[in-house]
Amino acid sequence: MKISVLSVVAASLLVAACASGPQEGGDASGAGKGAVNAPAPGTAADFVANAKDRVFFAFDRSDLDESAVKTLMGQVAWLKAYPNAKVSIEGHADERGTREYNLALGERRANSVKQFLKAQGVSDARVQVISYGKERPAVVGSNEYAWAQNRRSVTVVAK
Amino acid sequence: MCVYSSVRRIVCNEVVSKRENVMMKAWSRARGWIGATLLGLVLSVVGEAGVAHAELRIDITRGNVDPIPIAIPAFGGDDERASRLGADLAGVVQADLERSGLFRGIDSRAFIQTFASMQVQPRFPDWQAINAQGLVQGRTALQSDGRLRVEFRLWDVFATQQIKAQAYVTEPGNWRRIAHIIADSVYERLTGESGYFDSRIIYIAENGPAIKRVKRLAIMDQDGANHRFLTDGADLVLTPRFSPSTQEITYMSYYNGVPRVYLYNIDTGKRERLGDFPGMTFAPRFSPDGNRVIMSMARGGSSDIYVMDLRTLERRRLTNTPAIDTSPSYSPDSQRIVFNSDRGGSQQLYVMNADGSGVHRITHGNGRYATPVWSPRGDYIAFTKMAQGRFFIGVMKPDGSGERLLSDGYLVEGPTWAPNGRVLMYFRQNPSDARGQGGDSYLYSIDLTGYNERRVVTPVQASDPAWSPLIP
Repeated sequence: MKISVLSVVAASLLVAACASGPQEGGDASGAGKGAVNAPAPGTAADFVANAKDRVFFAFDRSDLDESAVKTLMGQVAWLKAYPNAKVSIEGHADERGTREYNLALGERRANSVKQFLKAQGVSDARVQVISYGKERPAVVGSNEYAWAQNRRSVTVVAK
Repeated sequence: MCVYSSVRRIVCNEVVSKRENVMMKAWSRARGWIGATLLGLVLSVVGEAGVAHAELRIDITRGNVDPIPIAIPAFGGDDERASRLGADLAGVVQADLERSGLFRGIDSRAFIQTFASMQVQPRFPDWQAINAQGLVQGRTALQSDGRLRVEFRLWDVFATQQIKAQAYVTEPGNWRRIAHIIADSVYERLTGESGYFDSRIIYIAENGPAIKRVKRLAIMDQDGANHRFLTDGADLVLTPRFSPSTQEITYMSYYNGVPRVYLYNIDTGKRERLGDFPGMTFAPRFSPDGNRVIMSMARGGSSDIYVMDLRTLERRRLTNTPAIDTSPSYSPDSQRIVFNSDRGGSQQLYVMNADGSGVHRITHGNGRYATPVWSPRGDYIAFTKMAQGRFFIGVMKPDGSGERLLSDGYLVEGPTWAPNGRVLMYFRQNPSDARGQGGDSYLYSIDLTGYNERRVVTPVQASDPAWSPLIP
């Protein structure tokens, strides 16, 4: 597990070099002045509107794939644009595991995201983790699609 | 609540001492039990008639698919109120015994003899004619002090012998407990195993759609009676477990958005957070003596097992790996702990000494293993298994040998033992479709033999059952 986390961090540095996340973040905060319905910059709503809030995991895994890294680089950019914002990372699991193990797995997933953010320069102090195990699915249904959507971490900006 | 403590006190107070019991036995031998009653001996627990060679005995180590027919006529009463209670009592005794799967209550319309009093001997041919193997004869009376007196005798119909006789005095409001105690007594006498009917279930009551599920702590008697909710659903609560005294539970709550292990006193309603841990605590269970709680703490992506002494509040870390170590359960002698861990790559069961030393893996089969629970008898470990996309409830010996799967489904999880280690309860959740239809969750019980699987009736959907020990 340790090895895969390291390789993900290495991969993320490559992605960071050409990520468009920071620009998107900048646009969003600029748009806040003109558009009537745009959320206030730096708020939870602004985060949801301008950074993808969740990443997905394979069954019983907590390592970050390429798409997760891309999403998290967007979150990093936003968090750097708003250095006072704090986040809570919610870790979740699908329903195909036992309750207690899934609580631990959710924590491990959330922690994997926290470690990535830390490696990208987002201070530990700004990031909390909480696991919901299989208690709070995002998508209902006992099928592959729902399970894949539910094996996730969700980054929530603290109010 | 006080119901339980008061009946316990009463029953305890009036249990005849060993010496008295011996005298009683001598007396019954000399005069017979009936004579003793006629002479006005007031006793709460009547001496057992020591019959060494009764024919009626059930072997429950083999799945008994042919339940023993037993007749339990309404317990007669001195007046209308006592008679009503007597009929209800007999009904509860019969329902308990039938739910065990080992007995079949004979329809009262088939009865030939009716009992006007306890002094009437059964006419055994009348009961043999309807093939009643056992006969429970009972009587209720409301005493002048307002208390309820219940006596019963168990007859072996074909051997024409009394094989058990007891009497109880208690507040009338406790009549259901007396019925469960009588059912336990009959079960014990006929199976040689201790009973489990005088016990309770704590579980999680569930309402609402899957994505906004409301969960509440709920408690009920083993047969579903005296149901009540202990929390209002404002906080997510999970995995309650009884202390050996049955007056306290430990569970996990997201109170104030912080997931931690709590203690809850059923009598007082007092709740307290257990310890001051820097990470999420979960998967709590009491030690067999009730003085410690063992649980997991998750932090930094790994979950380890901790034990907390409830008297000194000292905590001790028992595992220390980057893996997920959780769902710990003590052996009944407190010497060992079984838990599940993914330290070997996938979820498997491990056993260690109570101080964390001597960790060794006990499962090597295909699939993932979880939620191990040591039987109160020490002879088995029950578990949840996941293999080929299905879930199973099974048991194995503590060394991992002799695995037997008792039930399976889309999702069956979280076995808990009846106090006698003969019956398991768990929850079963059905699959749901993409619109969220289905997905309902209910409690089930099953005999250790794999027979007699049946739904445990709850007022709403249910999960995470925990069976109490026998109520002290």
